[in-house]
Amino acid sequence: MAKTIDRAASGAATAQQTASGLGAKPTPEYEAAHERWAGEYGRAKLRSGAGSGAMDRTISDLPTKPLYGPEDVADLDLSRDLGLPGQYPYTRGIHPSMHQGRLWTMRQFAGFGTAKQTNERYHFLLSQGQMGLSVAFDMPTLLGYDSDHPRALGEVGKCGVAIDSVRDMQVLFDGIDLGAITTSMTINGPAAIMLAMYVAAAEVQGVPAERLGGTIQTDILKEYIAQKEWIFPPRPHMRVIVDMMRFTRDRMPKFNPISVSGYHIREAGSTAVQELAFTLADGFAYVEAGIESGMDVDSFAPRISFFFNSHIDFFEEICKFRAARRIWARRMREKYGAKDQRSWTLRFHTQTAGCSATAQQPENNIVRVAFEAMAAALGGTQSLHTNSMDEVLALPTEKSVEIALRTQQVLAYETNVTNVIDPLGGSYFVEALTAQMERAAEEYFARIDEFGGVIPAIEAGFFQREIADASYQYQRSLESKERVIVGVNAFEKPDERPEIDLLKIDRAVELEQAERVRALRAARDAARVEETLAALRRACESKSAPLIEPILDAVRALASEGEIVETMVDVYGRYTEMPAF
Amino acid sequence: MPDQTKRPIRIVVAKAGLDGHDRGAKVIARALRDAGMEVIYTGLFQTPEQIVETAIQEDADGIGLSILSGAHMTLFPLVVEQLKERGADDIVFFGGGTIPADDAAELKRLGVRAIFTPGAPLAEIIEFVKSECLKRREVLR
Repeated sequence: MAKTIDRAASGAATAQQTASGLGAKPTPEYEAAHERWAGEYGRAKLRSGAGSGAMDRTISDLPTKPLYGPEDVADLDLSRDLGLPGQYPYTRGIHPSMHQGRLWTMRQFAGFGTAKQTNERYHFLLSQGQMGLSVAFDMPTLLGYDSDHPRALGEVGKCGVAIDSVRDMQVLFDGIDLGAITTSMTINGPAAIMLAMYVAAAEVQGVPAERLGGTIQTDILKEYIAQKEWIFPPRPHMRVIVDMMRFTRDRMPKFNPISVSGYHIREAGSTAVQELAFTLADGFAYVEAGIESGMDVDSFAPRISFFFNSHIDFFEEICKFRAARRIWARRMREKYGAKDQRSWTLRFHTQTAGCSATAQQPENNIVRVAFEAMAAALGGTQSLHTNSMDEVLALPTEKSVEIALRTQQVLAYETNVTNVIDPLGGSYFVEALTAQMERAAEEYFARIDEFGGVIPAIEAGFFQREIADASYQYQRSLESKERVIVGVNAFEKPDERPEIDLLKIDRAVELEQAERVRALRAARDAARVEETLAALRRACESKSAPLIEPILDAVRALASEGEIVETMVDVYGRYTEMPAF
Repeated sequence: MPDQTKRPIRIVVAKAGLDGHDRGAKVIARALRDAGMEVIYTGLFQTPEQIVETAIQEDADGIGLSILSGAHMTLFPLVVEQLKERGADDIVFFGGGTIPADDAAELKRLGVRAIFTPGAPLAEIIEFVKSECLKRREVLR
């Protein structure tokens, strides 16, 4: 593995470097010139004042040097560490032709209000050239409460769309051929139920499960770690997830049952290295759970996909994506014995960092998003969501969503960053930082192993504490102006009144949706609902009975999400976290 | 009676409803603690009743409520209502989150003492909490 080594120690590595490393062995002239530069740099007066406190490290506090050279990548081995696009260890990308063969999928996350309102937004996005759909659910749906539940008060349709039954799912995709489009669904606790509703809604369209393509997030581990939208305790949740892996393997060959997500870990305040390490650790935990259940690793691993954040520290993000691919490939092949090369390739979706957006001078967010999107493109993403400038204030308006989508289109079609594969590969800095991040992630893996794995580490509050520490430290670096955020702690406009139209969700949405689920309960065949829920309960009580099939039966019988969740909670219980800060 | 002004300021930092975004609440909790206050963090998914009950039980000077789910116009007024109902509306009630300016103005009209939105400096929040809580103690004394 590559190491940053001192110039003095670099001599030993140069023999290997000429054989398989980056570029030729430095000549004496180069050595002398480097020495001259180091002297001059040492005497130079560096800038001081706001933002100058963090010139020697990334936004995640990884140390950086002012200049990188061959000495920093001396033991990088071209075939072991880089490979070629589409070849192990995939540092340079997972496809031989990357974005020349296929652009990333432009997939804007959207959902608000009722299924009918969101369906209209989907038709708009598709008419503007968006290539796939991505569903945002509201809080009650994410936590398994129906819209008329007392706990849902004030939350219905607010930060996503409210889905209570398969009927809502049908409305959500009205006029959209589910056999022809791919859909991503960001839901975790009740993922199995939403997957079943999606399958059942497609059946009504006449599209069999086998033809459905898309991704459902399902990553419950990062919920305990960061996003905190859980339902059951970790162990039963893992059982449901393994069963989803089995079901999709057998019935939905084009569907990704898990999108292992670092996005929310980062939004919760983690560093880039924590995002990288915790996300991959979660991914390996799912792989281990699948193997333990008796599945062949190559029968399910190719369908595990990833979801990362793209934050504002440009090179750090690019290196994070490259390191993620390399770590996944190495462990999948070497540790888990995967033989299918699709099990080695880490495919990922990217979203620009919501937490890098500012409420102040919100138009500046357009620029931030453009840089973050470019980092994702250069990092080799397979799909991308660009945030809208007003998301820090409220749900995005149609106008701001359009600008965000146009940002991707400009990036993809005008800048030519798609013409050359991994154009930053071979940069001394990028290769050194990629290796540095890989090493830092490996250190975290060792610490997680000391706890006995991801779940015991969650139960001990390890990840939660690491993230809280990092976010507090970051906040303090803003307070001290060691770091600058334009419009927030520098270049402020104190009397600014943002002139941005905000999308607000009317209270009427909640009343309408609550009425809708009550009407559904009154009109359906109650005996069939009871029967299917009883069968589901029996399956939950048994040790290893399939779960997805009885959930699907309950969904078809028009059981609501809340009823299905309550049935499972009766057996599994609800998770509670020890609050700590 | 012991001099109440000597005791450190005690604040309940709360998350209400179904909102799992706890980054802001935890940063504020630490910042207030580092500024010398006693902080009780409720954890997630609290009801307005639970939050006010905690504040009364803990004899808190203030409650800071964080909401990023969009449910602020429902949950903040419910906490105000609870405080009044329990005769505890002297407790300094403030909050933060992704709350548009006109909603923040409306919440202040309803009795929320301050709303801090993303980007608000920690120093400003600490200063507000300190001075309002000390003022409250002056009045109660």
